[in-house]
Amino acid sequence: MKQLRHPGLWLALALTAAFALWPALASNKAYTREIAFTILRAVTFASSLNILLGYTGYVSFGHIVFYGLGGYVGFYLLDEHNVHLAVAVLAGGLASGLLAFLLGRAILRLRGAYFALATIGVNEAMRAFIKNIDLFGGPTGMTLNFRVYQSYGGPDQALWTTYLSVAALSLVVVLVSFLVKSSRFGLGLMAIRENEDAAEVMGVVAPSTKTWAYVLSAFFPGMLGVLFFFKNGNIEPGDAFVLHQSIEGIVMVMLGGQGTVLGPVLGAAAYQRLRGLLLVSPLFKNIQLAVAGVLLLVIVLFVPAGVVGWLRGRFAILRRVLE
Amino acid sequence: MNGQPLLQAQEVSKRFGGLQALVHVTFDLPEGQILGLIGPNGAGKTTLFNCINGIYAPEEGRVIFKGQDITGRKPYQVARLGLARTHQIVQPLNDLTVLQNVTAGSCFGHEQRSLGQAELIADEVLDFVGLAGWRDQLAASLNVAQKKRLELARALAARPFLLLLDEVLAGLNPAEIGEMVEVLRKIRDQGVTILIIEHVMHALMNVSDRVIVLDYGQQIAEGTPDEVANDPKVIEAYLGDPKLAERLMGEG
Repeated sequence: MKQLRHPGLWLALALTAAFALWPALASNKAYTREIAFTILRAVTFASSLNILLGYTGYVSFGHIVFYGLGGYVGFYLLDEHNVHLAVAVLAGGLASGLLAFLLGRAILRLRGAYFALATIGVNEAMRAFIKNIDLFGGPTGMTLNFRVYQSYGGPDQALWTTYLSVAALSLVVVLVSFLVKSSRFGLGLMAIRENEDAAEVMGVVAPSTKTWAYVLSAFFPGMLGVLFFFKNGNIEPGDAFVLHQSIEGIVMVMLGGQGTVLGPVLGAAAYQRLRGLLLVSPLFKNIQLAVAGVLLLVIVLFVPAGVVGWLRGRFAILRRVLE
Repeated sequence: MNGQPLLQAQEVSKRFGGLQALVHVTFDLPEGQILGLIGPNGAGKTTLFNCINGIYAPEEGRVIFKGQDITGRKPYQVARLGLARTHQIVQPLNDLTVLQNVTAGSCFGHEQRSLGQAELIADEVLDFVGLAGWRDQLAASLNVAQKKRLELARALAARPFLLLLDEVLAGLNPAEIGEMVEVLRKIRDQGVTILIIEHVMHALMNVSDRVIVLDYGQQIAEGTPDEVANDPKVIEAYLGDPKLAERLMGEG
């Protein structure tokens, strides 16, 4: 495991850990925790998406479907069956992974814009589907029985437990993202991204390789969804399958640098910071999504490699440090 | 030689709509030989490669590789059996380094090496084709001649039994052609069987043990380079003007 000594891994992990430790050092701990939670959630989502978008080159516009579905499955288990949070989180991840596996077989044959369109369709279809399932509360969703929090030391302690879980999850995702990139599997993904036909001629079994990348990139958002909605105490279709959150995920990955390990971490933090500033500005608070759209346009036009990609391309020395 | 040829094409036919691209193409390629494939543009040479390595499934006929019927198998299945190819239009993995390109060839090709072993093989092969100095550069930054070498290195890194080379000499200058021909001979000497498409006639005639001529998907001649070069049918149908043919052969 000589690649574990790569400074790029430790830089990405250290940055993520710094966000996670931020509340411990701040004076207003609960307030800072909420900001850090938003950042770590974004880091987890963006880094997972990057496995498909950055490494494999497939743009998933509806990636939030895995977050929503995982959230629903975990929430249902917590609310109706009183399972432990850890079990619910795992179940949410597995449910999303399974959905990605089945979808992968069907829509990963599509390339480019057709795949992107199909993923939007999947998200919208899933929202409509969940709305009509009485088991999951139909259009009004579900609200967590307050007593559930007692098992985790009361609501206040539960907030901290959730926070620490998301922090741990974000570190795991960054580590997995690095391990994938520096593995044989990752090389296969990047070969597919660069030229899928040539990759197949070289012997890369593209259909199954792509499917496993999709499963992996869906598994973590599924777990994340459970943690988020557990903390939220309430889940409904309109909150679980928000299409623009998918697009914000793409903005974060593109901003930081698609196909890099550090990029999504940096992009997620920067985007969340920007969003925070816009939301409190009287001028921009209603058009903050438009700003995200313009930002995406500017990145695609002028720095398609993102911040980390640009730095790597510009300064050869940084290629040893940034990954 | 153990009787069974390494590759056999039996009556392979392929149609694109109204165009009959290949008509009952049949040949044997014994182990250790270099078989040249020539013909005018549009004769079906690349289509034949695509039918052999699984990009197209032929409508009729069979392709037998190492005694197995591989007709209609996927390109990655064929690759894993030990058949590697290069492309007429180079297909580098642009955003990856030269080393990563070649490592991928070794990882996913015939020998299915682990990443660590594959990198060692890749370094050896890069040395062999003369690209060692470029190993950490992005593939996109290479010039055409280097990209052709990269294609070859990627295919070789798989350590295949059979190598399909699609115009590896096109676009190279005479000095580069000379170097590449030397490389091809060395590959053959290592025991790799080669099927090669080439327009640079004198080089092909030099290096091939036997030659097949395709014209409009028909196999119009087969034999040693000398036999084929002097076949009036080839001169007439393929080269058109016999004087032009003499001149082309004279370049060798």
